[in-house]
Amino acid sequence: MSAQPGAVPSDPEPPRAGWPGRAAELVSDLSGDRQMFYVPWGKAMMWIFLLSDTFIFGTFLTGYMSVRMATTTGWPNPSEVFALTIGGVHLPLILIAIMTFVLISSSGTMAMAVNYAYRRDRRRCAALMAGTAVCGALFVGMQAFEWSKLIAEGVRPWGNPMGSAQFGASFFMITGFHGMHVTAGVIYLAIVAWRVAHGAYERKGYEIVEIAGLYWHFVDLVWVFIFALFYLW
Amino acid sequence: MEGQQHPVGLYLKVWGLLFVLSALSYLVDLLHVEGLLRWTLILALMMAKAALIVAVFMHLRWERLALVCVVVIPPAALLVLAGMMATESDYIFSLRSLYPR
Repeated sequence: MSAQPGAVPSDPEPPRAGWPGRAAELVSDLSGDRQMFYVPWGKAMMWIFLLSDTFIFGTFLTGYMSVRMATTTGWPNPSEVFALTIGGVHLPLILIAIMTFVLISSSGTMAMAVNYAYRRDRRRCAALMAGTAVCGALFVGMQAFEWSKLIAEGVRPWGNPMGSAQFGASFFMITGFHGMHVTAGVIYLAIVAWRVAHGAYERKGYEIVEIAGLYWHFVDLVWVFIFALFYLW
Repeated sequence: MEGQQHPVGLYLKVWGLLFVLSALSYLVDLLHVEGLLRWTLILALMMAKAALIVAVFMHLRWERLALVCVVVIPPAALLVLAGMMATESDYIFSLRSLYPR
């Protein structure tokens, strides 16, 4: 086994088929003297970071649930609040639907970028990552539009003309934090894509693309929950 | 072979499936499905999308069980929190209804 930085150490217990085999593999990994996770350290750290982020968004959504359940005033109908009129046609929730499709597409291109990275197809990988970043930037742009529209309509963290005062606080907190994650992801992906295109990982290997991908898919995953629990509920 | 390598076709299929599931959850709102059916559909479609992203796009399906457990088990604590907060919120709601301002 080569001692390259970031290389995966040799597996002491190869995975076996079936649940008894997987359980034996788990016991063997947990009782290992030297290490527990047979993945590059950066990937293990990214997963642990994402776990902590899950708790941040989990507590935000729980807080939103609490204020929505406890309020005695009517909650604004998201379907109408986020409706747009395009070309004279009234379309409920249309912007959010477009944002969802853009983010899912960016996840698709990211998954393919990881694939081409491991095949050492640098040009395709960098192009797909750049495409992912562009979709992310588009998403943030649409979110900025949505925020401006709501602010112009008088929605504030402490009140709004449509209903329960808690609506604004939940909305700005949850979508703001998510938008910040998307923005950070766009910058992260742009840097990694630039370095991939210039061959910075030819010697080290391309785990970094998979790790950046984990972060990006997580941002998409959080949106799945926000879309269902905040916009559709 | 190095790292996680799977056929591109699989990613395209999951991508398409995520599109269909998102369209369906948008339709739930568009067609004004109400009541218990609405909550069930929203949650089922949400969980299906989340599972696809985590299992295939994030490759968790092919990881060793030790890593899978670290990622999947702790978030269960959030369900406990949500359960406790739901009880608490019900109580606050009943107090607010009993003593309106």
